[in-house]
Amino acid sequence: MNKNRTIVWLIAGALVACFLIAICSLCFGTVNVSITQLWEILFQGERTVSANIILYARAPRTLACLFAGAALSLSGAILQNVLSNKLASPSIIGVNAGAGLGVTICCAFGILAGIKVSLAAFVGSLLAVSVLSLFASRTNASKTTVILGGVAFNSILNAFSESIVALQPAIAALNADFRIGGFASISYARLLPAMGMIALAVLILFTLFNELDVVALGDETAQSVGLRVKRYRVLFLILAALLAGSAVSFSGLLGFVGLIVPHFVRRLVGNEARYLLPLCACVGAGFVCLCDLIARLIFQPYELPVGILMALIGGPVFAMLLIRYKGGHRHA
Amino acid sequence: MLNISDLHVSYGKRAILHGVSLSCQPGKITVIIGPNGCGKSTMLKAIAGVTPMERGEIRLDEDSLLALSDLQRARRIAYLAQGKSIPEITAGRMVLHGRFPYLSYPRNYRAQDFAIAKQAMNQMGIEAYAHRSMSELSGGMRQKVYIAMALAQQSDVILMDEPTTYLDIAQQFKLAKTIRELAESGKTILLVLHDILLALKLADQIAVMQDGYIRDCTTPSALCESTLLQEIFQIGIQTITVKDRLEYFYETEELL
Repeated sequence: MNKNRTIVWLIAGALVACFLIAICSLCFGTVNVSITQLWEILFQGERTVSANIILYARAPRTLACLFAGAALSLSGAILQNVLSNKLASPSIIGVNAGAGLGVTICCAFGILAGIKVSLAAFVGSLLAVSVLSLFASRTNASKTTVILGGVAFNSILNAFSESIVALQPAIAALNADFRIGGFASISYARLLPAMGMIALAVLILFTLFNELDVVALGDETAQSVGLRVKRYRVLFLILAALLAGSAVSFSGLLGFVGLIVPHFVRRLVGNEARYLLPLCACVGAGFVCLCDLIARLIFQPYELPVGILMALIGGPVFAMLLIRYKGGHRHA
Repeated sequence: MLNISDLHVSYGKRAILHGVSLSCQPGKITVIIGPNGCGKSTMLKAIAGVTPMERGEIRLDEDSLLALSDLQRARRIAYLAQGKSIPEITAGRMVLHGRFPYLSYPRNYRAQDFAIAKQAMNQMGIEAYAHRSMSELSGGMRQKVYIAMALAQQSDVILMDEPTTYLDIAQQFKLAKTIRELAESGKTILLVLHDILLALKLADQIAVMQDGYIRDCTTPSALCESTLLQEIFQIGIQTITVKDRLEYFYETEELL
């Protein structure tokens, strides 16, 4: 009971931290505003230059960070549970690359925003998870082989994207930002459809905690308690693709967050989905938002792409986690 | 009563079970033995619905299992697989998932599910480990958690595939005692065991499989009197009465 209460406090703490980071993200930048000013802008309709910056640049950017962080972390956590492999993450096994290919194809046809971009990203990521799960089930491959297959597929998808960029030089500049991942050129037109899709996936996912836990028990045990494993595995892979694809459609290929956040959260609360997923969403959202804030402030007035900063922070943190807990979990 | 008749199972084009039939009584322990690859595990999987059957019939009392949904079957039959993965969830949560077949979407465990899971853990003597992660438990303790999960499932039939694997001898006997108690409580128990001596000691009836067929299904003492074990395993079994109990041992003269 005490442990459960601690975890509930942990989730509440992460929510508060996430909220505070989001407030800081709205207030700080090249133009700083106070909390009072922010209140007036958001709730009392103040219309100044600062208000325009907050409403049309920082608010979508903050929302984008929160949603992308939460979606990619959740997607990573789902993939790790469903594929029973802790190395699985959307950026490693080609889910992000599939979404990237979808977005690149859209850009090549001159579609730069709207629901079509989000849908194309979703279809791309769905294609990637489908090919990978088919590969895993048909070949009965080991967990390591599945990941290696995913890495290979990741390269193939990236190669397709690169080919399109090479043939369509007009989208090269756009693609450079996209590959590193970042929120500098975010717009509501690109963000809102994807936000809707992420919200839908989260709503469905948060009613399936027990199903995700039972799927992670292994096929035979899951079937013995009456769960239709294949059906639910497909559903979870669709949700993972929907989350990662939607996030990538506006954030670009943000690496790492889908891998390190679920790992970090597992260390804190274990593997039970009812704790793991809400905390993953909060920590992922807060982490990406914080990284974006630092990326904006550290070399002001210049911005560092958030993907670079995340790799710089996330890489060593992840390595530290691995070293500190090595041998702690035999079935990693 | 669990009745299996003319059960055929194939993996692709390879036929594994060639029409096996077996009846298991409530309150009795039926043990299946046989050489590696003879189809023992496949038979349990087919009964549990994990592996589809090609033809034949499995009836539980009056109901055909094929007519039941996955959830309905899970309420009637619990299955403990052989190579179970070790999930990193707490033992208490693991047992609670035994209540999964009783829920419909959105599946939130009810107070009565928690109470039944707690009772199952008490029955197996693992209530003190409820908050421990499965990965921290010993093999024997983990097996108890799986059995508690099956108890929480409140099924009439419990199928166990090699439940003594990875257990030391003390744990094996403790588990055998638990299985006997489960049978005495009225459950129909069907086990696959590699250890022939343990099978002979534990079983009320023993089915000997070879190459996808059940060669014989009889009592342990009748099996020892026949030459079937010698024929299939090339090993003899001797019996001796110790303190009014029949004990079995291998004839080792030819081996050593």
